Amino acid sequence: MPRIRWARVGLATAPWLFIAAAYVLLPDYLPLGAQIMIMILFALSLDLIVGYAGLVSLGHAAFFGVGAYAAGLLARHTAADPLIGLAVGALAGAVLGLASGALVLRTRGLTFLMLTLSVVFVLHEIANRAVFLTGGDDGLQGMTVPPILGLWRFDMFGRTAYVYTALVLLACWLALVHLVDSPFGRSLVGIRENEIRMRSLGAPVFRRVLAAYTVSAALAGIAGALSAQTTQFVALKSISFSLSAEILIMLILGGVGRLYGAFLGPAVYMVAQDAFAKGDPVFWSFWIGVVLIVVVLAGRNGVIGVIEDIARRLRKADHP
Amino acid sequence: MPKLTPNRRHVITATAAGVASLAMPAIAQTRTVKVGLLLTYSGPFAATGDLGDKGARLYEKLHGAPAPGIKLEVVRRDEGGANPDTAKRLVQELIIRDKVSLLAGIQWTPNAAAVAPLCTEAKMPLIISNAGGASITRMSPYIARVSFTVWQFGYPMGVWAAKQGYKRGYTMVADYVPGHDGEQGFIKGFKEGGGEVIGSVRTPLQNPDFVPFLLRVKDAKPDCLFVFSPGGPQATAVVKTFASLQLKEAGIQLMGSGDLVGEEELPNMGDAVIGTLSAHHYSAAAKRPENEQFIAEWKKEYGPGSVPNSFSVGAWDAMAAVYHVVKNQPGGIDPEKTIALLKGWTHASPRGPIMIDPVERDIVQNIYIRRTEKVGSGYVSTEFETVPMLKDPWKASNPPT
Amino acid sequence: MSEILVQALSVFLHGLAYGMVLFLISVGLSITMGLMGFVNLAHGAFAMLGGYVAVTLMLRAGVGYPAAVLLAAAATALVSVVLERTLYSRLYDAPELPQVLMTIGLVFVASAAARYVWGPLAQPLQLPSYLAGALQLGAFSFPIYRLVLIAIGLAGAFALWLGLERTLFGARIRAAVDNRRMAESVGIDSHRLFTVTFAIGSALAAVGGGLGADLLAISPAYAEEYLVYFMIVVSVGGLGTIRGPFFAAILLGVIDTTAKYLVPQSGAIVIFLATFVVLFWRPQGLLGRAGAVK
Repeated sequence: MPRIRWARVGLATAPWLFIAAAYVLLPDYLPLGAQIMIMILFALSLDLIVGYAGLVSLGHAAFFGVGAYAAGLLARHTAADPLIGLAVGALAGAVLGLASGALVLRTRGLTFLMLTLSVVFVLHEIANRAVFLTGGDDGLQGMTVPPILGLWRFDMFGRTAYVYTALVLLACWLALVHLVDSPFGRSLVGIRENEIRMRSLGAPVFRRVLAAYTVSAALAGIAGALSAQTTQFVALKSISFSLSAEILIMLILGGVGRLYGAFLGPAVYMVAQDAFAKGDPVFWSFWIGVVLIVVVLAGRNGVIGVIEDIARRLRKADHP
Repeated sequence: MPKLTPNRRHVITATAAGVASLAMPAIAQTRTVKVGLLLTYSGPFAATGDLGDKGARLYEKLHGAPAPGIKLEVVRRDEGGANPDTAKRLVQELIIRDKVSLLAGIQWTPNAAAVAPLCTEAKMPLIISNAGGASITRMSPYIARVSFTVWQFGYPMGVWAAKQGYKRGYTMVADYVPGHDGEQGFIKGFKEGGGEVIGSVRTPLQNPDFVPFLLRVKDAKPDCLFVFSPGGPQATAVVKTFASLQLKEAGIQLMGSGDLVGEEELPNMGDAVIGTLSAHHYSAAAKRPENEQFIAEWKKEYGPGSVPNSFSVGAWDAMAAVYHVVKNQPGGIDPEKTIALLKGWTHASPRGPIMIDPVERDIVQNIYIRRTEKVGSGYVSTEFETVPMLKDPWKASNPPT
Repeated sequence: MSEILVQALSVFLHGLAYGMVLFLISVGLSITMGLMGFVNLAHGAFAMLGGYVAVTLMLRAGVGYPAAVLLAAAATALVSVVLERTLYSRLYDAPELPQVLMTIGLVFVASAAARYVWGPLAQPLQLPSYLAGALQLGAFSFPIYRLVLIAIGLAGAFALWLGLERTLFGARIRAAVDNRRMAESVGIDSHRLFTVTFAIGSALAAVGGGLGADLLAISPAYAEEYLVYFMIVVSVGGLGTIRGPFFAAILLGVIDTTAKYLVPQSGAIVIFLATFVVLFWRPQGLLGRAGAVK
């Protein structure tokens, strides 16, 4: 018994210990570390709707992007504290999530997929064309992000960005765990497994799913805002289909519906990309495609799925 | 065996010390200077990055070490296209992880704009080998440019066109800063010469379909069309669509910056490109000794079928600038000294004489008006008029506040 | 007045030509998605392969344009059968997510492979001399190549419609699209039907890719770049029919070209907004068979 208890505690704190250790041991890689944590937050938000509510969206970057542009514009035109930027990003994401969700969540399957695609494409085109607002293809620049709470300046080495991102991630993570473990979270799983049954039980399916969608969009908006603030830049890619596909891939590689998959997937993907993609991007793209096909056909749930299989086998060995 | 008397011991010790002291300077003096080179090695514009890289490599090969005891290590990174966030991240890593002393390259204006604040914060000199947005050199005191500004193409083209008697101009440019620069430059030059610009349209930078735009141009009935294209397959698409929609037959003269008729794309355009006019700083067909020597070395290294273009010359001259600053700082690279060395630097480039403006740190060079013609089985852009030592017209009319 | 008419006709016909290319490429996707309910985001890769093979045959082997396109179609059909048997068939009864992901993976692999083999640039296409030039009718001129595209698209649509409505094979497809289980219980081997349909659909996509190479440039980014347009045609048109993608493709082509002509700054916003509106109003597409159940 105690061994499993230690394993659980270890599992819960491991990512955070690692994040703290990396700050000390890998000072040259802090900008990369911050980017990974931002993608982790983004993947977590996607996991809420894909893993828990069972909806496949190819347009999730729409929320990331509006959060990024909102925080970016705030930083460019005002001297507001970055924490306000986060709130603005969350709000922008949530508003878009609520508005689009009210429409697209009435559909499922291919239509849902296409509607989410259309949303991200329309927004991408608008961002592309509204050059006076977003900088278009050149991206949003000229942001000066003031020091956090007037105390901590964003430095070139990424130290402030790293700690800031880690704390925001922690806060969002705690909120998400609380949500997933609540009756609301369990009803989401119920909806994913058997929607018709849930309806017949009288569960307000549409409202629940819309609430989850809105929360997910808000979290993605925070991730976008973090990205804008830590790089002082918003690329057009922030609001694109290709980013939506990329975050879905990162989530799958890590594992869906387990929240920790959202930690492993982006970490593995981005570290590998940093190591291999610089030399030969063609090579990288090819092998990611192969890995994706293999992972999907293997039927396990990404890295988390493999770990769970092993854990299950170990437990069986303990209790034959 | 003779005994090791004190005298002999002294001699041996002295000899050993003498030998050691001869060896010491050689070991101490081999210093490595790291230079970060950012070009576009992947994506649709990879061919331009490849030609740039070839130019840089050729310069290194032909000139060896910049100075005795100094070794140059070039760290290459891939911008992948107009990706400002990627460029920024790569430069951050080059500065923090790879600890380079100098930066060179950067093909795209948005990338340069994203990287400029880093250059200022880290005091990192950047020698731009391509990006052409006019205001770039004002974004950081540590940026110098050896390539061109798009105003240096648009403005003289406009002036020349008006002088030739063209009256109704139309512009079609890619929707990003260099495109806007090209548009504004042409309009200013054309209007100054007495012409009228009856319409302007901006095309998306990614995956444009030129048919609706060129139909619109044709229906407006101008007598000349100025195009700014980022080059590569897009330029080919413009030229071919222009021909297939019969704009030339409708009496419209196609003209543009040299990117419209880059040497590497000309074979793909076919006869559609004949008669196109362009304003540019470099043409591989130019007859001057520096260029002929450059072409000869190029073909010797890369094969008779390979042709350099403006990207090649930009990278070549960037390396020349790197060598200049490294050679003149034997003790170590100091950012302020580097910029001081670049200001006012003159050089005989394959394109003609060039100079770095001591105030704006921007390129000053000859601009040539060319016509693309069929010569034998290939196409060349032949220079027939020269605008000598042109400073960037935008900066000339927009002095720093 | 007549000048505006000439301009409008010109814009319309250009849009129509674009639509015909989209139709040829997307019709296979519509049928296979209606048949098997398989979300195949890699469909554009077959059009891309067709384009590459056709252009390579023309450039390196001096094959004529029509022959090159037909050979490319055959080669693509072969490749599609191999992929279908090895990869696609494993995920027929899987939920959407694995299907979406596997086909995205396939797109990455196809793009990287194309870049490796043919380089990153768009392939140069030299149209044969009988296709170059334009048709002149007074003030109106229109490129012959695009007229040919329109003609082939219309002929192809008619031939496919005949095939679907008048042949036994077509009847089997229609039955399986309407209700797969019933069709199977009547003895129709839906898996083999799907393999053959998939091959035909991919071959058609290859034809669209090869013929449309002057409109949709053949480059390694092809499958990703144009994916959204094929998906729009299929979802707006409705799954499982010929009529659906036919009219959707025409609408998409004409609206897109007209919008860019009248308001160049709007770009593709009009198309994506229109798609959203249509799908929201009619989730099964304009002409979709509402009974297409997985």
